[in-house]
Amino acid sequence: MEEIIFYILAAILVIFAIASVTSRKMLRSVIYLLFVLCGIAGIYFLIDYNFLAAIQLTIYAGGIIVLIIFSVFLVHHIELQLELAKPGKQLLTALACLTGLGLFLVTIYLHPFEVVENTNTISTAEVGNLLLSYTEGGFILPFEVISVLLLAAMVGAIVIAKGKKLSTNNQSTE
Amino acid sequence: MIPGVSIYEILTVTSILFFIGVYGFITRKNLISILISVELILNAAVINFVVINKYLYPDILEGAVFAIFIIAVAAAETALAVAIIINLYRQISSVEVDEIETMKH
Repeated sequence: MEEIIFYILAAILVIFAIASVTSRKMLRSVIYLLFVLCGIAGIYFLIDYNFLAAIQLTIYAGGIIVLIIFSVFLVHHIELQLELAKPGKQLLTALACLTGLGLFLVTIYLHPFEVVENTNTISTAEVGNLLLSYTEGGFILPFEVISVLLLAAMVGAIVIAKGKKLSTNNQSTE
Repeated sequence: MIPGVSIYEILTVTSILFFIGVYGFITRKNLISILISVELILNAAVINFVVINKYLYPDILEGAVFAIFIIAVAAAETALAVAIIINLYRQISSVEVDEIETMKH
């Protein structure tokens, strides 16, 4: 049963990822990305990491997608068709990507992974304890750094997006 | 562990996702499309962290913690990128890569 669900999820991931990078309509491309992110949350549910799946759904599918959709609405005309790269460049890039993919797959399949059979799951309490622990192997310092980074990014985003007034910009660019 | 699914199959799917992201990153001309491709690449990396933690080292949580860190950095990156894109659109009314040369103030 889980096997079938995994293959369906994998098909969804690959198909919608390809649709997302090749669609000529901006908004559709974002919605396809939303499907990919939900499929990834499905994989986390399958391996019993429910906390990560919840994070994936709230932050990615809830937050980042909404941000990107807002920027699409502010920046684009909905009917506008995106221009595509030249066919030669597309073919060359596809060939390069397939070569890299082949290299990856050869490396992966030649490496003997020592898989440990388990049914472990992670609880939110364990993750929280590890994030806040200051003993050896704890993550208190990266946790603080990431919080400062988030704060700095938010303040920076507000300052950048506020910008100057349109009229002065038009005069200065002319 | 997903019963009946080996780690190789999951790593194959994430590799395919990663290279689809790389393909989009190179061929797209629009800043928002490039942002979408970057999200695909980051997500493929996050699944790798989580799956390798689950399959190879199930007793420790480092992979899950790093996944959380990557997601936080991705959120910060997206917020900044959207701010820059909107500001750029106000100034030159375009978000195509080859028309952008006003960033060098």
